[in-house]
Amino acid sequence: MSFETVLPYLIVLGKCVFAVAFVMQIVPLLIWGERKGAAYIQDRPGPNRADIMGIRAGGLVHTLNDVVKLVMKEDIVPQHVEKFYWALAPVIAMTVALVTFIVVPFGDTFMGVPLKVSDIDGGLLFVLAMTSLGVYGIMLAGWASNNKFSLLGGLRASAQMVSYELAMGLSAVVIFLGSGSLSLSVIAEQQALPLELGFISIPAFNWNVFSVPGAIAFILFWVAAFAETNRTPFDLPEGEAELVGGYHTEYSSLRFALFFMAEYANMIVASAVTATLFFGGYNVPFLNGETIRANADTLVALIGFGAVPVLLFFSALAWKRRNRPFYRAIAVDDIRHREPKFWTATWLGLAVVHAGVGVLGLSGIIGANGPTGIGPDTVAFVLQLTALALKVLLGCWIMIWVRWTLPRFRYDQLMNLGWRVMLPVALVNVFVAAVWIIVKESLFA
Amino acid sequence: MALPAPRKKLSTPESVYLVEVIKGMFLTMSHVIKNILDQDRFRTIEYPDMRKPMAARYRGAHRLTTRPDGKVKCVACMCCPTICPAKCITIIAGEAADDPAEKFPIEFDIDMLRCIFCGFCVEACPKDAIRMDTKIYEINAYTRQDMVHNKSYMINLMDGLKPEAEDVYRAHPEQAPAGYTFDEKPVA
Ligand code: SF4
Ligand code: SF4
Repeated sequence: MSFETVLPYLIVLGKCVFAVAFVMQIVPLLIWGERKGAAYIQDRPGPNRADIMGIRAGGLVHTLNDVVKLVMKEDIVPQHVEKFYWALAPVIAMTVALVTFIVVPFGDTFMGVPLKVSDIDGGLLFVLAMTSLGVYGIMLAGWASNNKFSLLGGLRASAQMVSYELAMGLSAVVIFLGSGSLSLSVIAEQQALPLELGFISIPAFNWNVFSVPGAIAFILFWVAAFAETNRTPFDLPEGEAELVGGYHTEYSSLRFALFFMAEYANMIVASAVTATLFFGGYNVPFLNGETIRANADTLVALIGFGAVPVLLFFSALAWKRRNRPFYRAIAVDDIRHREPKFWTATWLGLAVVHAGVGVLGLSGIIGANGPTGIGPDTVAFVLQLTALALKVLLGCWIMIWVRWTLPRFRYDQLMNLGWRVMLPVALVNVFVAAVWIIVKESLFA
Repeated sequence: MALPAPRKKLSTPESVYLVEVIKGMFLTMSHVIKNILDQDRFRTIEYPDMRKPMAARYRGAHRLTTRPDGKVKCVACMCCPTICPAKCITIIAGEAADDPAEKFPIEFDIDMLRCIFCGFCVEACPKDAIRMDTKIYEINAYTRQDMVHNKSYMINLMDGLKPEAEDVYRAHPEQAPAGYTFDEKPVA
């Protein structure tokens, strides 16, 4: 077998690994964000004790500890469960969460390779189908656990997810009414087009959220996404006050970790899909793919040198932190005194690296062969991936933020909101979108 | 069955939820931003690295006071075991012919697992022989037997002989209770 025949498979494999890694890398970050965000909202410092050689990294080390703890824990299989389905449930939950990500584009192209794992024509339908499959993981867990609390949790989850899927689907209708395609990459590309106002063309603000039906659809989609991912204020399936732990009561060790990670993976995927549908996906505002590639050198120089003062500022902040009351309270020979020095050095090092990147941009090597080739493509890839990652992280932060702000809904309120508010609004919004498109086309076309 | 409590009628913006939700979110975000900008804003005391200064009247572990000649002030009058509501003080009295006090405790044990830190023993003592002014709250041990503080332990408590917190005090002398010394004295 020659390299040429294997290459396409290798590329697909690489993209799969990349997509899974992208999601799985953000998971620990989110767990940290959840803890630290909760703590800061509640005016307490949050996790800050675990350390590696005195470096606590603001509590990030705790996430590592969690992994070790969950892996080392005893995997208890209760006597009364339906073993096969019980073991299957967390796997389904995790798989479905990860699989949804394959239709989300994370860049336009890299050396001619489209940057999405799979460009399914009905990508949006695939997302909706997968989110509705996600309910099976929870339902199976609830049913196979063979205990009343898990069963109630599973029941609640299925009722809730089925109800909110309608509003979610209807708000997605608005998007493909506008785009004429169900493919997420087409939807993302269309949002990169400049905004044509007849007399002026702006290379930004063409995201779907910048229109009346789009904004309403976004709010509906986002609220439904909360319900689909079982996040507060819609986390009734695991309402610990009534249901112990809900559907994952009977799980321990890695199986519990799978459910736990699936929740975060779901958050990431929901944010990624929302970003793609409403916020231009991987698009950098004012910079579409061609602009980035044509000005690769300038951009690299700007970003490289622009980051230097910021990083120096961080470095100075880290250096200042050595005078905090905490460092004055601990013993002089305490290992944690390294921490401010470590961060000062790290930020300084990063500043040097960024200065180097800036010099690289100034030298003009990247775009020497014109706007094609590996240099400009790498710049475009990095920028677009960063844009997507930032949008995803922002979405996830909003989920965390809402979780620590709002109390849980009562079950009848949840159903009322889903069926009597969101569904009619979503239906009306479809008509608004149709009218909007006609008006827009007759005005500007 | 109790009647349901009357519900407040929601105004129109309140019944839409979204406005109120966003208001609430701004409130929580303002806390996050304030806390990021000033990380010493927290009231959290990072025990064991930091300690709360205890109030002067804080009732900590018991100690037995001594006379200038080094003997305990306690005259084994049995006031404290009598008043102790937890019945955790055990005193075996002895006679000292060469001492004007005539009576002294041979054994003086307080079972800290049973003590409720009411301070009655301190109040009852006619000789100011027992005090709870050590501000030591780390009363811990690996065995139940070690939780029974005996006479020599309580005499030397402030001389750094026993509590498990000793290690911490040694590492952070500035956090040890006032008057705590570290030179090891032989057990009396
Ligand atoms: S503090 Fe109260 S319970 Fe403890 S020994 Fe004294 S009298 Fe007894
Ligand atoms: S009350 Fe005072 S003098 Fe009397 S036995 Fe107790 S400690 Fe000793």
